[in-house]
Amino acid sequence: MNSITPAAVKQANPPQEAAWNPTLRMAVANLDFFYGKSQALFHVDLEIATNRVTALIGPSGCGKSTLLRTLNRMHETQSHTRLEGQILLDGENILQLDVTRLRRRVGMVFQKPNPFPKSAYDNVAYGLRINGYKGSLDEHVEKSLRRAALWEEVKDRLHKSAYALSGGQQQRLCIARALAVDPEVLLLDEPCSALDPVSTAKIEELLIQLKEYCTIVIVTHNMQQAARVSDSTAFMLSGERIEFSPTPQLFTKPTDPRTEAYITGRFG
Amino acid sequence: MTLRMLWRKGLNVSMLALTGLCALLAVSALFIVLGFLALNGAKSLHWSFFTNLPAPMGETGGGIANAIVGSGKLLLASAFVGVPIGLLGGIYLAEYAGSTSSFMVRYAADLLNGVPSIVIGIFAYAVVVLPMRHFSALAGGFALGVMMIPIILRTSEEFLKAVPRSFREGAMALGASKWRTIATVVVPAAAGGIMTAVLLALARVAGETAPLLFTALGNQFWSPGWSQPTASLPVVIYTYATSPYEDWHRQAWAAGLVLLGLVLTTNLLTRLLLARKAMPGR
Repeated sequence: MNSITPAAVKQANPPQEAAWNPTLRMAVANLDFFYGKSQALFHVDLEIATNRVTALIGPSGCGKSTLLRTLNRMHETQSHTRLEGQILLDGENILQLDVTRLRRRVGMVFQKPNPFPKSAYDNVAYGLRINGYKGSLDEHVEKSLRRAALWEEVKDRLHKSAYALSGGQQQRLCIARALAVDPEVLLLDEPCSALDPVSTAKIEELLIQLKEYCTIVIVTHNMQQAARVSDSTAFMLSGERIEFSPTPQLFTKPTDPRTEAYITGRFG
Repeated sequence: MTLRMLWRKGLNVSMLALTGLCALLAVSALFIVLGFLALNGAKSLHWSFFTNLPAPMGETGGGIANAIVGSGKLLLASAFVGVPIGLLGGIYLAEYAGSTSSFMVRYAADLLNGVPSIVIGIFAYAVVVLPMRHFSALAGGFALGVMMIPIILRTSEEFLKAVPRSFREGAMALGASKWRTIATVVVPAAAGGIMTAVLLALARVAGETAPLLFTALGNQFWSPGWSQPTASLPVVIYTYATSPYEDWHRQAWAAGLVLLGLVLTTNLLTRLLLARKAMPGR
């Protein structure tokens, strides 16, 4: 008969991994976030399903961008921020991961296109180079640009400045740059707010295709956009997550009166 | 009533004339200096002036080839002191410093910028010339390099700060560490501005005489290597202009013309660099 030792118990119940649901890529639990003394997020829970698009909507200042930026710890680039609670990526606490490794796995695209003042090629290759990628750069750059649906438009001017591209192309270049390091999750912070409707439509179409390769979390102030591209949607208000449901349900049968008021345009 | 109006009009016209005249004087100072130099120095500007060594005392002719090369060597040596310290200090100020430390560094740099150049010369004399036991190009370069530090530091700080935050975020979101972000994105984005800072600093110290008088000293001949007394354009001008020889006076003017030409060219070059750069993004 075996005696029960703490080690044996630990082996029988490996922490977290056993409980981790493989259809989830990330999970946020009881997250509080502070800018200095003012609290921006209150007890937020969120589950991000693998290879799905999760949208965060809500009025300006509701904390949706703040929540997004915690997912790859970009908040740490700002001073006087503090975070309490748990964020898991594949069952691992992201606060215990090396931040460089984390950001490789969880990439980010920003509100305004922000290509580096380098050529289109060097922009896409940037993440590969700093991560010491050993394979063929050319191949990988082409693959990333194809995934971002930009290859055909830039293949003849790969080595020209990224600033010669249009705004929509620049944003897709930033998506290609983020995709180049094969992230598991891609975070997009209002990626279309600086773009015209045609460029916006292209990016929305692209997001739906990208589900094949990675999990997507998108912040948008455009409810139609959330409805078009996402599988599930979280509605946020004043730092709280009010409602989180499959997108069709949230937009047709919201359970919370505040969600209904927002999506019917009564405020925000 | 009409008298007051006349008085007011008269005052306006005379003040306009006075301020305009002073503005004109300010602008024409450069051209007057240039004209004087050209008038007095152009006669001595032969090809041999650039290629020959100075003639022995009392003889006419000869050139300032050793001073031109000497000034080049001094500036090269000064760049080795001023560029790394100034640039890395500027990076510290723009990227890392907290409010207290940045205030202190900035204030110290501004004070250093205001230290009279002769004092920098004494300092270089004490820390380089005395231990080495002789005047040298190295000592002169060190003195000029110390003078370059605050200029490069403050200018490169400004250009680094002008790099949009979105570039930094873009790089860090790809997993670049802070230093990696600075080295591969921020500094390249500010490269044109940093180049400008370096050229401006070189142009500024190229004409310094005081710190060279007792560091690089001067030399009538070629100065091999880095540890010998070295001729330089400003010191040649000083020596020749205060000599009793008519021919040396003319050569001092000509050397002044050469020096001013070099500095003006450098300034124009930096303007061109800045204009072409046109910072991308916001």
